[in-house]
Amino acid sequence: MDWQPSASLELLRARAGLLARIRQFFADRSVLEVETPLLCGRGITDPSIEALLVERGASLEHPRYLQTSPEYAMKRLLACHGQSVFQLARAFRDGEAGARHNPEFTLLEWYRPGFDHHALMAEVAQLVRYCLGERPVHSYSYRQLFREMLELDPFTAALAVLEEAARSRFDAGTIAGDRDLWLDLLMSHVIEPRLAGKGMCFVYDYPASQAALARISEIDGARVGHRFELYVDGMELANGYFELADAAEQRRRFDHDNVRRREHGLPERPLDERLLAALEHGLPECSGVALGVDRLLMLVTGTTDIRKVLAFDWARA
Amino acid sequence: MANYSTNDFRSGLKVMLDGEPCSILDNEFVKPGKGQAFNRVRLRNLKTGRVWERTFRSGETLEGADVVDRTMQYLYTDGEFWYFMEPDTFEQHQADAKAVGEALHWLKEQDPCEVTLYNGAPLAVTPPNFVELEIVETDPGLKGDTAQGGSKPAKLSTGAVVKVPLFINQGEVIRVDTRSGEYQNRVSK
Repeated sequence: MDWQPSASLELLRARAGLLARIRQFFADRSVLEVETPLLCGRGITDPSIEALLVERGASLEHPRYLQTSPEYAMKRLLACHGQSVFQLARAFRDGEAGARHNPEFTLLEWYRPGFDHHALMAEVAQLVRYCLGERPVHSYSYRQLFREMLELDPFTAALAVLEEAARSRFDAGTIAGDRDLWLDLLMSHVIEPRLAGKGMCFVYDYPASQAALARISEIDGARVGHRFELYVDGMELANGYFELADAAEQRRRFDHDNVRRREHGLPERPLDERLLAALEHGLPECSGVALGVDRLLMLVTGTTDIRKVLAFDWARA
Repeated sequence: MANYSTNDFRSGLKVMLDGEPCSILDNEFVKPGKGQAFNRVRLRNLKTGRVWERTFRSGETLEGADVVDRTMQYLYTDGEFWYFMEPDTFEQHQADAKAVGEALHWLKEQDPCEVTLYNGAPLAVTPPNFVELEIVETDPGLKGDTAQGGSKPAKLSTGAVVKVPLFINQGEVIRVDTRSGEYQNRVSK
């Protein structure tokens, strides 16, 4: 039997040390630690994220979803109290397993009223340095990054140009899809590996179609979502937003997610009406970010396989 | 054959890619936090030996390839084909030069070899990791020079040429690692 842990005692110690350090970072800034439910009445509409469903139990009137992130509950806290909050939470994503993914993982998520995404990126850099030591910090807009690394404009290039840029660099077989699919492929297959030697790399202002829950505005004639991602040594570590606070716009995006779910033959997900009611009530202008703690621990300890930083990986759980 | 989804792609799984039998070497799950999931898969074409990387959308499927590895006894060659026999059924298979490939240098009658069958026909032959072969041609040995020192070429009964220590003589049997083609030791008769 593979009853033994997948992580060494040394790595378990490193995890405990990292969690203590993260808590210290937020204590120093008077950010309140909170806990919110793991089993939620509503799932996530995002077509690229699948929640795990808990279906049986005397306490369940309806099936509940294991959270894919604590975002919605934390926004409801923000709408009510307007206070900076952080959470170290377990999150679950169905079907995500590999050297950098485990279906159950630890997220550090925090929200800062009064911050835009640039102010929050600066704080993320401080936290990562606090945990990982000095690293150079680079910052690129999504547009700048594609122009510099691929010599194309991700906002205006024709679909065929994006597809050709990808196919000339790697074998994408029979894959077919829209602009975002080719942009995702170029990002993960071509750009990400080139960020490996650059320390901390922030990428911000994504195409509006990839805004997710970020607010959108127009910059240089392009509609951009004020979302950012952090890559450290070429590994995606965090994703943040200058948060969308408009309830009507949020509802449109959820509905649009469900349209795409239908198109892809995925089950539709009922909308989180409690989140929408909280936005209706009023979310303070704020930015929020989710950071993968297991991956941060991989960076701290120089580990390349996520299984080695988990006490028990998915196969042994 | 069954179909396999990217979730089932494990090292060693045999699948059909573009009509060619391939063996999966590794499978990397690629997914940004927000965005679509892909699998970057490295495969070896079992006919050409070529290693290739292709990206699939997660959940895509490939047809399994009818490829099995069997241990068989090498019997003989008639110059055109090499004959192998399954030990339990005594069924014989003939492999052509393409399937035998580099194994040609190491095939000794009676030796057990790994024969890869594709749709029932030999596709590749892997010799045992170590074979014992007789030296048919080499410069005379140097007495007393048993420890260190140089090496010299020696031609084996199969036609292969390997480097051996200077003290080894024609007519002696040596053990060779077929993966590296390196001399291991002299076999006392």
